[in-house]
Amino acid sequence: MTVTAAPHPPVTSPPVRGSARRGVLRWLLPLGPALVLLVLFLAGPILWSVYIAFTNEALTGSASVDSRFVGLANFVKLFGDPNFLNSFLLTFVFVIGSAVIGQNTLGLVIALLQRGRGRVTRGVVNGVVIAAWVVPEVVAAACWFSFLAEEGTLNTVLGISQEWLYTAPMLAVILANIWRGTAFSMLVYSAALSEVPADLLESAAVDGAGPGRRLLHITLPLIRRSIMANLMLITLQTLASFGLIYALTGGGPGTASQTTPLYMYEQAFRYFEIGYGSAIALVLLVIGALFSLVYLRLIKVEEA
Amino acid sequence: MTRPAARGAALLALAVITLAFLGPFLWVLIASFQPEATLAAQPTLSFSLDNFKAVLTWETIILPLINSVVISGATAVLTVLVAGLAAYPLSRYQLRYRRHFMLTLLFTTGLPVTAILVPVYAMFFRFNLYGSVPAMVLFLTASSLPFSIWMMKNFMDGVPVSLEEAAWVDGAGWLRSLTAVVGPLMAPGVAVVAIFVFVGQWGNFFAPFVLLDTPEKQPAAVTVYTFFSQYGQVAYGQLAAFSILYTAPAVVLYVAVNKYLAGSFSFAGSVKG
Repeated sequence: MTVTAAPHPPVTSPPVRGSARRGVLRWLLPLGPALVLLVLFLAGPILWSVYIAFTNEALTGSASVDSRFVGLANFVKLFGDPNFLNSFLLTFVFVIGSAVIGQNTLGLVIALLQRGRGRVTRGVVNGVVIAAWVVPEVVAAACWFSFLAEEGTLNTVLGISQEWLYTAPMLAVILANIWRGTAFSMLVYSAALSEVPADLLESAAVDGAGPGRRLLHITLPLIRRSIMANLMLITLQTLASFGLIYALTGGGPGTASQTTPLYMYEQAFRYFEIGYGSAIALVLLVIGALFSLVYLRLIKVEEA
Repeated sequence: MTRPAARGAALLALAVITLAFLGPFLWVLIASFQPEATLAAQPTLSFSLDNFKAVLTWETIILPLINSVVISGATAVLTVLVAGLAAYPLSRYQLRYRRHFMLTLLFTTGLPVTAILVPVYAMFFRFNLYGSVPAMVLFLTASSLPFSIWMMKNFMDGVPVSLEEAAWVDGAGWLRSLTAVVGPLMAPGVAVVAIFVFVGQWGNFFAPFVLLDTPEKQPAAVTVYTFFSQYGQVAYGQLAAFSILYTAPAVVLYVAVNKYLAGSFSFAGSVKG
């Protein structure tokens, strides 16, 4: 993802006078504030979470006064904890259903349908889809809360009576997240499709290739890099999604829609089991880091 | 399928998708103008601004919106300053570890901030920073930096070095060069980064929800949730009005930078470090 700007390799640098120490200062001074903030508030907490995940750190009870090293106890507990395993499975379903299948496919379909359409059509479709993306997540939850209510818009349109948030909470949060996130994939694919040469598609059509074959054998192979990068990014965004699910179902009923971030919240911030909560956070961080590394391999990063 | 038929089918599909995306907005938009509106989507012909009047009180919405402006605004200003300074050596000097540093930043943008908040919370608790708005703003700034430094560096790369040379000849150091020459030339880029960070924090719910202690400090993202969980069932019209008032600034600002962000979704052109 880049904000396109003309490449400009610097040929000269500002004048440097004095010793080599000054040479260090000339980059350390401007970079300093950023480095301090990144170390104190990002790198530091991440490293600390590695440490406290191996302790029984808690904010209440006896462990709050005197936390000790407990080795792998948190992780042993974690992988034998049915609630965690349930949350992990739900997170998997949520990511696959709402991001990989939902947002990704719908975003591609909308981008494909928009090709060759007039400015007004594109403007209206883009406007509505992007509006769902710009709305803050709590407001998105409020929109879906009334949409799925027993006498809400959806049931009125379908002519049925159904308490979606109780009978199908996972379907509800997946649909809400598809609605909220599709704009991103749509924008990625619109940009990618605009770089597929039109004459290539035309000559294939002249040779008798139908729309399906042109899509499968020309368009998709040409944009595969964008597809992979998009899949990584939306997975990363969806993996740690909290506000939308929390406001819409609160993880319930029971634990029927309690994804891992919600379970982490419950353990760390409701029961103040910071050590255990950090172990859960660490699992999310490791998965996020793996996807982030794959993403870095996928995009071409020019000479930096 | 003939061409007009294919065209018709595509337009029909787009119309269905647009209506489906419009669906969840409908009752929020209508209910906000319906007095006594509940969750049941039953629009009447009556139109009133009562819901807006009811929520426009100091505690319900005015103070939370002020808090949102302070938190998002302070984070945006601080991020732009720190990222702008950091981008200068990354854009202008040949540094040995520059590529590693830029790649590490890009890697960091993928990490789930939600998960980082557990240790941050424990850290804030230990150092008596729990409930401190300035401390939270510093954390939000740090979490916005990786992406902002990338954007700032790309904008800065677009400003030709030759324009700075005259300033160097006159004896200006890097700081003068940055503030007097490069800064003004990349003002649109600075505005884009600032608005981008501002809108992101405007919608941020989780960080203030866990890092701030009292309702008086909470931004609108959290108060709209509190209102939702307390009155969502009974006073949906007011919740709808609240939601609209809280969402409007984000939409206006997004429209303002929309044009500049359009180019940022292309992976095909590769990322320039």
